[in-house]
Amino acid sequence: MATVLDSKVPSGPLGEKWEKHKFESKLVNPANRRKFSVIVVGTGLAGASAAASLGDMGYKVKAFCFQDSPRRAHSIAAQGGINAAKNYRNDGDSVHRLFYDTIKGGDYRAREANVHRLAEVSVNIIDQCVAQGVPFAREYGGLLDNRSFGGAQVSRTFYARGQTGQQLLLGAYSALSRQIHLNNVEMHTRTEMLDLVVVDGRARGIITRNLVTGAVERHSADAVLLCTGGYGNVFFLSTNAQGCNVTATWRAHRRGAFFANPCYTQIHPTCIPVHGEDQSKLTLMSESLRNDGRVWVPKAKGDKRRAEDIPEAERDYFLERKYPAFGNLVPRDIASRNAKEVCDEGRGVGEGQAVYLDFAASIARVGENVIRDRYGNLFDMYAKITAENPYKTPMQIYPAVHYTMGGLWVDYNLQSTIPGLFVLGEANFSDHGANRLGASALMQGLADGYFVAPYTIGNYLGGTKLDPVTANAPEFGAVENDVNERVNKLLSIKGNKTPLAFHKELGKIMWNECGMARSKDGLESALKRIPELREEFWNNIKVTGEAGEFNQQLERAGRVADFLEFGELFAKDALVREESCGGHFRVEHQTEEGEAKRDDDNFAHVAAYEWTGKSGAQTRNVEQLIFENVKLTQRSYK
Amino acid sequence: MATLNGTSNGHGKMLSLTLQIWRQKNSKTKGRMEEYKIKGVSTEMSFLEMLDMLNEQLIKEGKDPVAFDHDCREGICGMCGAMVNGYAHGPDEATTLCQTHMRSFSDGDTITIEPWRAKAFPVIKDLAVDRTSFERIIQSGGYISVGTGGTPDANAIPIPKEAADRAMDAAQCIGCGACVAACPNASAMLFTSAKISHLANLPQGQVERHLRAANMIRAMDELGFGNCTNHGECEAVCPKEIKMENIALMNREYFGAMM
Ligand SMILES: Cc1cc2nc3c(=O)[nH]c(=O)nc-3n(C[C@H](O)[C@H](O)[C@H](O)COP(=O)(O)OP(=O)(O)OC[C@H]3O[C@@H](n4cnc5c(N)ncnc54)[C@H](O)[C@@H]3O)c2cc1C
Ligand code: SF4
Ligand code: FES
Repeated sequence: MATVLDSKVPSGPLGEKWEKHKFESKLVNPANRRKFSVIVVGTGLAGASAAASLGDMGYKVKAFCFQDSPRRAHSIAAQGGINAAKNYRNDGDSVHRLFYDTIKGGDYRAREANVHRLAEVSVNIIDQCVAQGVPFAREYGGLLDNRSFGGAQVSRTFYARGQTGQQLLLGAYSALSRQIHLNNVEMHTRTEMLDLVVVDGRARGIITRNLVTGAVERHSADAVLLCTGGYGNVFFLSTNAQGCNVTATWRAHRRGAFFANPCYTQIHPTCIPVHGEDQSKLTLMSESLRNDGRVWVPKAKGDKRRAEDIPEAERDYFLERKYPAFGNLVPRDIASRNAKEVCDEGRGVGEGQAVYLDFAASIARVGENVIRDRYGNLFDMYAKITAENPYKTPMQIYPAVHYTMGGLWVDYNLQSTIPGLFVLGEANFSDHGANRLGASALMQGLADGYFVAPYTIGNYLGGTKLDPVTANAPEFGAVENDVNERVNKLLSIKGNKTPLAFHKELGKIMWNECGMARSKDGLESALKRIPELREEFWNNIKVTGEAGEFNQQLERAGRVADFLEFGELFAKDALVREESCGGHFRVEHQTEEGEAKRDDDNFAHVAAYEWTGKSGAQTRNVEQLIFENVKLTQRSYK
Repeated sequence: MATLNGTSNGHGKMLSLTLQIWRQKNSKTKGRMEEYKIKGVSTEMSFLEMLDMLNEQLIKEGKDPVAFDHDCREGICGMCGAMVNGYAHGPDEATTLCQTHMRSFSDGDTITIEPWRAKAFPVIKDLAVDRTSFERIIQSGGYISVGTGGTPDANAIPIPKEAADRAMDAAQCIGCGACVAACPNASAMLFTSAKISHLANLPQGQVERHLRAANMIRAMDELGFGNCTNHGECEAVCPKEIKMENIALMNREYFGAMM
């Protein structure tokens, strides 16, 4: 039986819902907040901002991350910028326009009320960050500067050189550090959450492993927040940091939290191509480069001449040719798919899986110095990795997995289907539909952490009668046993294949069958091969070392084990969603020109999967998406 | 990836190397250098990918793989780092270890790899060290004391572009610890001064500037970091090119606090 999902969206006009909801929310008076404890797992943008805000309000907060400092979360790597509807440019931006762009960019697969709230609080984020000392780029008059990003006709992106994520995270980290100093937050670094503890149907704690000593520990609380980021590493190669994983959300899923839209993945068009079998990660080259770079491949198949030897007439600027209105600035999903297409035709450059991003025309027009001023740090990074000079030869780029729109299902309060379990940032599914616009993930993480969760958690704690629970409760013992058993099992198999080898194999299946173009046959084959690989994993994994020590092999093995279950759900979701939308492209569902074809009659909904005790046997529940404020149209960029 | 099955390692050259690596089981045991031979290292690989390859080889031989910290592998998280042939983060200027590529080495080279060495950074295992002391320095005052909400409009206080740029230059520190590892006194001056300078260059940071400097410098001393005697090694190895002039600024802020 499918469960009815209640999104708990407040009634009333779109623009008044959040104010009304805040007013109607239960409050916890300041003196009582000390009595409530909150666990925050993950201290990237979402988690650090939430932990700092909750600590500042007076709750007793315990925060966790697996790196040696909150400052190292994957958020640190974001380059381009953060959106906000400040309209400082006076170019017609507004909360409504940011809302509209985000809904449309997401190909009409996100919840209106959440997205509108995101646009509303976006303006407060910039104020908050400036007050913390985030050194955003400024103009000579001393006011904040903006740049443009894909999918928008206004200039609303705030940035700090090519390191916006770093500066925003350091801002949140400084606020968190202050709360740690004030003893409002107890920080546990190098600690990984391995399971969730549910008592009487409510999330009441977690089981962790201390990554230095190996000690498995219990932590109880009145509410648990998961801010553990995205699952792009299920593909093995991605632009994500090495440690990004699905473990926290997957374990919560197995304890009752629904997993929404797992197949929605963003494949970013401009990344440095794969160089070999031993490669461990892919590096993003910011979207902003497409402002001045022209994308092309040779017209002829197998043309092995150097770029500079191929005359103009023999080059195919395929994005400009196919999408004259948007040219090189079409949205990410479209740019990626077209690059794949020309490479599949045998017209790829370099090792075959790459297209050129050529700055020659721009350099001729505005000069090398201007280009250096705009993109210097990116060109340097490219040169460091490839040993080629992009001022002289065109860059080679290829799409790579970058961001995951799917995640744990949450209602308007960011609460999952387990009461007391809240999910923030990339870990939830909520705001980006089937495709995220550039510079909107940072906005969402900080919106959730600074301005949404502090209210909705107060409402939960103030409005719920919670029995006292300690870590001595039998439920904690039972989950702790599960965790220990699993760890010991991984170590006892002593097979022949390393965690890295399994991870790579899974990644290949995911990339080939669940990547940029998905077909029924391919997905069915993935659904056969992933369980086989999982079976082999549990019989043939080789994990060196012991449980009671710093053991990076054991860490990876645990994460790969969860990816091996998650990958199956991913493929299942992609198979059932018989339409193309945003980053999800089913080859069976395209227009005559080869563009994505949505099916709003049958799929204008969120798919939220419920664990039923066996991997791959989840029930598919549906949250119907209701659009009262935007009209659904086919996206066209021609 | 489709090419994963194709020509392995692109157009790189192959190296055979001898690695001398510091092995230490945990903070309580003594460590020692061990030698390993590795073949088929493509010049296209990053330094950490070379270590991945070594680890796969060690596991196959039934040996304990080398522990080393890393995460982003694109030079921004500050998690990686080791002394390579005596240089923090290896031979390339302004480059983290994860962004160092094997094309900086030659066939037949012997490479020594050791952890950061400093009293305030005890070894956890092999190349991984405990940098909690950096956390404590920031917690002692590396922030502007504002809570969430109730802040003025972001454009209410204009900030001259030059000041914002100077703040950004200092704010780029990734907290890797190379400056401490390279310093003969294991001083944390460059790291600490980068944060102080970032905030002192902004109007929002003015109110607490002297107290901040006093608190952070006190924390630094208490945590066992050494003094600055102007060797300049820190600036030479810093992957983010943080400048020693920040240390001079920090000292001015500190004396301001003493007045
Ligand atoms: C290269 C790159 C560039 C990007 N550029 C932009 C950009 O310009 N603009 C934009 O808007 N977005 C950008 N994004 C996306 C954006 O950076 C991320 O979506 C966002 O930062 C995620 O933040 P988060 O707080 O949700 O998660 P993260 O920052 O990933 O943090 C996750 C946290 O959870 C912890 N954690 C995870 N699992 C566990 C566990 N089991 N136990 C304990 N702790 C755990 C980690 O330690 C970490 O602290 C970019 C992404 C990439 C990869
Ligand atoms: S100052 Fe430089 S070397 Fe020192 S921690 Fe910061 S980035 Fe690393
Ligand atoms: S791994 Fe992040 S800086 Fe090297």
